[in-house]
Amino acid sequence: MIYSEQKNFDEIIAYLEKDNNVFVLGCNGCAQSSDSGGPKQVEEMKQKLEAAGKKVTGAKVIDFLCEKALVKSDLKGRVDQLKAADAVLVLTCGIGVQCVAAALNKKVYPGCNTINRGGIRGEWEGIERCYECGQCLLYHTGGICPLTACTKSLVSGACGGANHGKCEISQDRDCGWELIYERLKERGLLDRLDDLMKPLEHKKIMIRPEMMATPRYGIENPPEVKKPAEEVKVK
Amino acid sequence: MSLQSKIESGQFAVSCEFGPVKGVDLREVKENIEVLKGKVDAANVTDQQSAKMRMSGLVTAALCVQGGLEPIFQMTCRDRNRIALQSDLLGAWALGIKNVLALTGDLPALGDHPQAKGVFDLDSVTLLMAIKSLNEGFDLAGNELKGKPAFFPGAVVKVVSNTAAAEELQIAKLKKKVAAGVKFIQTQAVYEPKTFEQFIKRVEKFKVPVMVGIIPLKTAGFARFMNANIAGIHVPDDLIQKMAAAAKEDREKTGIRIAADLIKAMKPMCQGVHIMAMEWEKKVPEIMALAGL
Repeated sequence: MIYSEQKNFDEIIAYLEKDNNVFVLGCNGCAQSSDSGGPKQVEEMKQKLEAAGKKVTGAKVIDFLCEKALVKSDLKGRVDQLKAADAVLVLTCGIGVQCVAAALNKKVYPGCNTINRGGIRGEWEGIERCYECGQCLLYHTGGICPLTACTKSLVSGACGGANHGKCEISQDRDCGWELIYERLKERGLLDRLDDLMKPLEHKKIMIRPEMMATPRYGIENPPEVKKPAEEVKVK
Repeated sequence: MSLQSKIESGQFAVSCEFGPVKGVDLREVKENIEVLKGKVDAANVTDQQSAKMRMSGLVTAALCVQGGLEPIFQMTCRDRNRIALQSDLLGAWALGIKNVLALTGDLPALGDHPQAKGVFDLDSVTLLMAIKSLNEGFDLAGNELKGKPAFFPGAVVKVVSNTAAAEELQIAKLKKKVAAGVKFIQTQAVYEPKTFEQFIKRVEKFKVPVMVGIIPLKTAGFARFMNANIAGIHVPDDLIQKMAAAAKEDREKTGIRIAADLIKAMKPMCQGVHIMAMEWEKKVPEIMALAGL
């Protein structure tokens, strides 16, 4: 399970500054369990956006946004709503946002931050990877994560080491920033390259203690059984 | 005259570079300082170049100050987080180091300690933001400093890219560096004045002084090696053939002559030249003389 939390609504509204028509997508997988992008949160987001003066052209919750084939097939009946939207707001983890951005030729924005749970939780089939940085940057990078797509996890742009589009670390690895460039170009969003990014906040990447608390953790680390200080004498 | 005064007054500036020693024998560093002082305006001191461990660039830059050669302290983000970078910057100022060149840095995996962790807490742009903030009297977290430095920050750009995306990304990043307060730019080595002219036309709107990069060719094989292995360097065939055609005893002269001719050709297009001699530091004055500098 990948844990996500909704971004501050001010941040979401700032993303949508130039986009009045929005399609909202949620996920019935981890995002529903995280209370960040299930049916309830998608409906609430729709209302908040409408209250803020946006037109919600459609809203849908898909079982697993991390599965691009599902994203495409489940949205088949919603083509008109998607076409009417300027942007798609995705309430789920960083992988889901990247899959939607890869699957739809639209502007795709993250509505959540993905939170570090301190290790591997499972596997997924696609190439998208989430850093669980707690400060999702996908709005600025066309839905391709610079932290996982770039070997150096650079937030400000390419390092200059790429050769024929490949990272200097290996000819088998694409330069993440060239992928980001091509995506932004394809979506007409090249001005996002001018966004001056602040250094990452590593405090948000560190695992929070409560994220370690799982049922298994409880079994492996049982709380000390406290003996009563004085046995109660039964008459 | 300092590098900053020279660039700010619109004069043509000359810099070169050398690396700190791998070890503690300072003889060569001191020889380089002696040969270069009074000749170049400033010398870059590299920071564990190619991710290969050497003596601290901060200490070597301080040795330059002591020896009368103005250093350009290269700082990469590979080995230090934002706390260490800012701390070293404050220390650098205390030691008389004014010019800082902000770089992201090569991956440790490509250096001589491939087991090492790459830090990259900041990158070239966010390091420039940190320098700007220190100059304004605050650290990156907004805490006030006791006394503020006045660094002259520089950065680098690659002129030649082999994909359209890489070229656009270089320009976009240069734009960010300008927004982050960069005051001068040194380029990767350029061998084709026409390419440089096109590049300058694209970046003149940023109004940032550009120092063109020059690496003197040593042999034809050296040129071919750079073409194959160093991103951003393209030595055209005619120059490779000139090197190949030179007799062994004339090779050095030919390489130096080509470097001087390139400087002469590109001098009118920019505000300075940055000569990366790669172990030929002592020949820099000869290259300068031939180029009429």
